[in-house]
Amino acid sequence: MTTTVSPEAIKAAQAQLDAHLKEIIHWHFSPETGCPYWLDWMKTNFDPRKEISSFGDMLKFSHFADESLRDLQPEVWVPAEFKGKPFNIFETGGTTGMPKQRIGWNDFRVDYSEFSDKISDEHFPRGGAWLMMGPTGPRRLRLAIEHLANVRGSSCYFIDLDPRFVKKLISNKQFDVAKQYMAHVVDQAATILKHRKVSGLFTTPKLLEAIAEKVDLYEAGIRGVFCGGTSMKPQEVRFIVEELLEGRIGFYPTYGNTLMGLAASVPLLPEDNFSITYYAPQPRAVLRVVNPNKTDETVAYGEWGRVELNTLTKEFFMPRFLERDETIRRAPRAPYAWDGVGDVRPFGAMEKNIVEGVY
Amino acid sequence: MNVPHIPVLRLGRSYESLDKFEVKNHRTGELMATVSSVNAGIIRKDLGKLAAARASLKKFTCAQLIELSAKAGEHFLNGTLPFGDKGHTQTAQQYIETLSATSGLPHVMVKRNMAKIHHALTNMKTVLNGLSRGLDLSIIDAGYGEQFGTKLTFCPTTQALGLVMPSNSPAVNSLWLPAIALKTPVIIKPGKEEPWTPYRLIQAFIAAGVPAEAFGFYPTDHDGAGEILKSCGRALIFGDKNTMAQYANNPAIQLHGPGWSKVIIGEDCIENWRDYLDVIVGAISDNGGRSCINASAVVVPKYAAEIADALAQKLGPVQPTTPEDPNARLSGFANVKMADFIDAQIDDSLKTPGATDVTAKYRNGPRKATFEGGVYMRPTIVLCDSFQHPLANKEFLCPYASVVQVPQSEMLKQMGYSLAVAAITKDPGFTDQLLNWPEIERLNIGPISTMHVSWDQPHEGNMFEFLWKRRSLERGW
Repeated sequence: MTTTVSPEAIKAAQAQLDAHLKEIIHWHFSPETGCPYWLDWMKTNFDPRKEISSFGDMLKFSHFADESLRDLQPEVWVPAEFKGKPFNIFETGGTTGMPKQRIGWNDFRVDYSEFSDKISDEHFPRGGAWLMMGPTGPRRLRLAIEHLANVRGSSCYFIDLDPRFVKKLISNKQFDVAKQYMAHVVDQAATILKHRKVSGLFTTPKLLEAIAEKVDLYEAGIRGVFCGGTSMKPQEVRFIVEELLEGRIGFYPTYGNTLMGLAASVPLLPEDNFSITYYAPQPRAVLRVVNPNKTDETVAYGEWGRVELNTLTKEFFMPRFLERDETIRRAPRAPYAWDGVGDVRPFGAMEKNIVEGVY
Repeated sequence: MNVPHIPVLRLGRSYESLDKFEVKNHRTGELMATVSSVNAGIIRKDLGKLAAARASLKKFTCAQLIELSAKAGEHFLNGTLPFGDKGHTQTAQQYIETLSATSGLPHVMVKRNMAKIHHALTNMKTVLNGLSRGLDLSIIDAGYGEQFGTKLTFCPTTQALGLVMPSNSPAVNSLWLPAIALKTPVIIKPGKEEPWTPYRLIQAFIAAGVPAEAFGFYPTDHDGAGEILKSCGRALIFGDKNTMAQYANNPAIQLHGPGWSKVIIGEDCIENWRDYLDVIVGAISDNGGRSCINASAVVVPKYAAEIADALAQKLGPVQPTTPEDPNARLSGFANVKMADFIDAQIDDSLKTPGATDVTAKYRNGPRKATFEGGVYMRPTIVLCDSFQHPLANKEFLCPYASVVQVPQSEMLKQMGYSLAVAAITKDPGFTDQLLNWPEIERLNIGPISTMHVSWDQPHEGNMFEFLWKRRSLERGW
């Protein structure tokens, strides 16, 4: 399998991104289509329609202040074109206190319809039921997974895990209760797998380990696992592929969140040594891997840097948001003609022990 | 030549992980080996296969396994054995050099530890005879039999013995050696700075003919260690007071915590205290003062100041040497932070009135010393005015002891738990009190160092009784 991407393909992807960006900028900063937040912003800053003509110009924006997603009413994000249309309110993962919210109408469907083309019928048979075991509630993922299943002619069972509750338990050092809660979640999934025919599973790495120790997933009918939510070191990926799924079940790791959407991973090759690389759904979202101390600069390929996210859809514009993640910048790899992010982990993971993966 | 890599041993299968840690020479920083490390999930998965591991040993009789243990002892002491999975081998001398370089133990002490392990392996019959109180081990093979005029039946308490090993002293591995002859697979998490001894022992057993399926060697993290303790059925853990507290009251876990071992001198022998100085010095400082059976307190009814001063004169001038020096008496610290912590804790506790560092005046230099790139803690004798002083009943990973003066009638009540006690007394009344005192695990009566070990007697628990339990059996046919 060839993984190299031609310079022409890379150039074409850049041109496509620039054209998409111009369209999105024009949309969000024109009074007839834009949202109150960005139109107000333009009054005290600059007019991006005049100054942004290629993705390189995005450096003219400062980093997006994500507090505004928490502090402002969601209506300020409604583009004029969508005015009067009820919107979905999606909230970020494990935040306690007032959460950050992103509104949307159809973006999640676009992302997950596209993702459906990246998973095989062998692992996720069309018409075969899915089970989602993980954070549902106010998260975009809940609707997205159901949409993905539906796109493939399938329905989906849901077992909820509330990461905010788990986070509280851990900060209160109620580890036993956290374990009981996790067992409660896994028990419910085991019951579904025992009594219903399910072939596709979405879950998080920790929950996958817990369910795989309780249920022989292959014997239970599972043929594909779509996994996300926390970082996965290469040895953890290898553990999942070889020990939990025993090479018999397809494994699709993904990186994503409410603000970006879904970055799919390229299929693992032996030379990857289980190191996963994800590619953003460009041009709707663009990931840059930046020098944490000079965020205008990207790091070289193979170097660690901080993840910077740009979300560029008609429903939501978010320039240069610094994620709380760090990653290895990876070169384009077929079928993606843009940069990838490898071995994503919480920002500062090498310096301090970060509690993540509560689910 | 490439650096050796120590793989995980998964009950007969060698496994190179993508997660590895490095073990380095504590003095030069030279990389000695990389060691594969796995998560708790892999251990959990393998523990599901223990029945096969146990079956691999069940094929042998105890007598055969005792013979194989003796052969393993010879391989361990003298053999050239596989060293990792990259084609390296390890001679006995290379083992000594590697262990010394990473743990800080000088060669002479490594050799003494090797001799102890060799002795335990080559005398396994005697060891098991002592632990089982003379049981005919063919009864274990058959599951039942008759001896001592009674019917005897034993069943295993566990599928495997779990071990969360320390890095401080290789001879602690002697504790698990009887498990193999008792047909019990071992699941070992090695100490981070000392993977060498359990790995070499496993290779020695395999070279002797014991099936590789009987051995699990899992360098792992805190969660993995917890999994071994939780899931093996029976496990040993070594650690400090806090670690011990977590597992207290769990009969499936045998705790090996601080020893708080002591030398006590009775009123009847105290006038001759000078005669026992060498025994006391050895009890405090042999093996670099790293063992739980090193004395950390000397309890006397009179002459505490004089005894402390005499010990300080002998121990205070002891200095670091090269690891190869046959007269080396101090161990280096692979973990320099540990030396910093000990030094700071002693200094801090000395601020509490009632204690004096008697060694200070004979040391001519700081307690924490650097020599040829290594960090060492020089011997420290502290005279304490009572057991209430924070330094009176403390144990550190170096030659350290308090000297406390207590009337003989108060000694046992005041000194608390002791793993090993050398009681220098001929007084029948006091001896009787000592024999009946439950807070002493190992009792040596007379001038016998606390460091004297007989592996055929229990050490913080009886390994035979830990792995096998007697039950009733009636057979109709």
